[in-house]
Amino acid sequence: MKKLSARRRHPLAAVVVLLIALAATGGLYTLFAPADKAKADETAQSLAIDEGKKLYAVGCASCHGTGGQGTTDGPSLVGVGAAAVDFQVATGRMPAQQPGAQVPKKRNIYSQAEIDQLAAYIASLGAGPSVPTENQYNPEGADIAEGGELFRTNCAQCHNFTGKGGALTTGKYAPTLEDVDPKHIYEAMQTGPQNMPSFPDTTLTEKNKKDIIAYLDAVNSDKSESPGGLELGGLGPVSEGLFGWIFGLGGLIAVAVWVAARTAKAKKS
Amino acid sequence: MSSQDTPEENLPAERAADDSEHGAVAVPGEKNPFADPGLPPHEHRIQDIDERAARRSERAVAFMFTLSMLATVAFIASFVAVPVDKSIYVFPLGHISALNFALGMTLGVALFCIGAGAVHWARTLMSDVELADDRHAIEAEPEVRAKVMDDFRQGAKESALGRRKLIRNTMFGALTLVPLSGVVLLRDLGPLPEDKLRHTLWRKGKLLVNMNTDEPLRPSDVAVGSLTFAKPEGLEEHDHDFQNEIAKAALMIVRLQPENIKDKRELEWSHEGIVAYSKICTHVGCPISLYEQQTHHVLCPCHQSTFDLSDGARVIFGPAGHALPQLRIGVNDEGYLEALGDFEEPVGPAFWERG
Repeated sequence: MKKLSARRRHPLAAVVVLLIALAATGGLYTLFAPADKAKADETAQSLAIDEGKKLYAVGCASCHGTGGQGTTDGPSLVGVGAAAVDFQVATGRMPAQQPGAQVPKKRNIYSQAEIDQLAAYIASLGAGPSVPTENQYNPEGADIAEGGELFRTNCAQCHNFTGKGGALTTGKYAPTLEDVDPKHIYEAMQTGPQNMPSFPDTTLTEKNKKDIIAYLDAVNSDKSESPGGLELGGLGPVSEGLFGWIFGLGGLIAVAVWVAARTAKAKKS
Repeated sequence: MSSQDTPEENLPAERAADDSEHGAVAVPGEKNPFADPGLPPHEHRIQDIDERAARRSERAVAFMFTLSMLATVAFIASFVAVPVDKSIYVFPLGHISALNFALGMTLGVALFCIGAGAVHWARTLMSDVELADDRHAIEAEPEVRAKVMDDFRQGAKESALGRRKLIRNTMFGALTLVPLSGVVLLRDLGPLPEDKLRHTLWRKGKLLVNMNTDEPLRPSDVAVGSLTFAKPEGLEEHDHDFQNEIAKAALMIVRLQPENIKDKRELEWSHEGIVAYSKICTHVGCPISLYEQQTHHVLCPCHQSTFDLSDGARVIFGPAGHALPQLRIGVNDEGYLEALGDFEEPVGPAFWERG
């Protein structure tokens, strides 16, 4: 003890004490605090997983295999995470109606509770991105201009500058992002559904994603406006030029023909 | 109609014969089936006969001109009164800026009414009597031609161009040299690009910096199926040559399962399945990044050239002539992705000396 107290003024003494205190706090915390919570969570979680497994057997297993390992008709779901399930099922894409180049968005037949159970089951097969919380995707207060730049760098090549969607190869397409729930946009970026590449948090941070959602909210939602009126698909000069040539010039020619075809003579011949 | 414009012999015989029966139809005779039938008889408009109809037309024209005036006043008023950021809903245009809509409508009405009024005026009230204006001979009179030649000869004599050789020669010299200024200005089209088309900013040891976060990338950041765009370390967006350099150095990074990579060189130049390809299409240089993560195809939005990233970015469809150049990458001591040299071949579209 005397030896220890002799070293109490050593320059590293404070660091050593701090480390011991930190280790003790951390250790105690892991011993007590999360233990109860984990237990409570586990029962709820395992219930959800069981329910999800039943739903999975009915709706998904025919293509994705009985254990989510995948078959020739559908990819493996191990490690796709809860976010992928929430996106695919809540937008009605899964279960798919028929195989084809692309599985389209359609009416969702599952309740949110059922989707959560399915997601819990799939998440239990392997670690993957979890469903984002509201404050992760809520565009309130995000940087719209920055989001626009990120959107044009990462997304616009397929989804068009204002998210109107576009064609890909052999029948595939990038869908329009109009009226898509911010949560689903977030999940799509994180998981990369179908042929869309994923944009994980490591390369496109949570803030980046929020900015992109804010940009889409500004340019491509109910409340966004187009100062010039008719957008003509938001395709830019091609559709606008075509409209000008066909309807603008065509209208002028039609008026000219109409004026010249009518005679002003009293005696019509 | 002066006699100079229509020499006597060019006038149709019928017209000269009887002006009051102007336009009488000449029945083609036995001898000449193609004789000029002349103009059909003139027919009157209701406005020519009925003064009340003429006044109605006058009022219609005046009404349209007045409408145009009112529209112009409305244009100025809406420019002053309508706030720039006010939005209204107009069927079928949707939500539209109120100012744009008001300015466009009023100016459109103002211009259209002037045109419509003028057309109505010309059709109903201005004289519509048919007039034939015959073509005159192209050749000038002999006296005129003789006078022009005389004047020219006189001018040549008076200028003494033939006698004062010094003036003549210096004038020719000046006129010959003047176009040279234009030729010299063409120099500004150069200088030739030298080897700028063959090299980019990438060289050994340059880190791959994520375009989104501006942070260098680690292999663990790049997930299978993800798509990331990178620029060379040290290139900042406000650098004066940023656009020139990024146009050549832009990089598209994807991660494949190493067993899915079919091309041997691609596998060798990758790092744990992470491959880095030029983002510039080899057809005409569009940024190309419509990446389909399941097929590993990348599609160019301009002309639909398609490249297979799992097979050395081979062209599988479309007009592109070369595979996308691949950048050889590795990992440095600190665990960041780095380039192991420049692209082996020029990026972007082919050029004359590319070889």
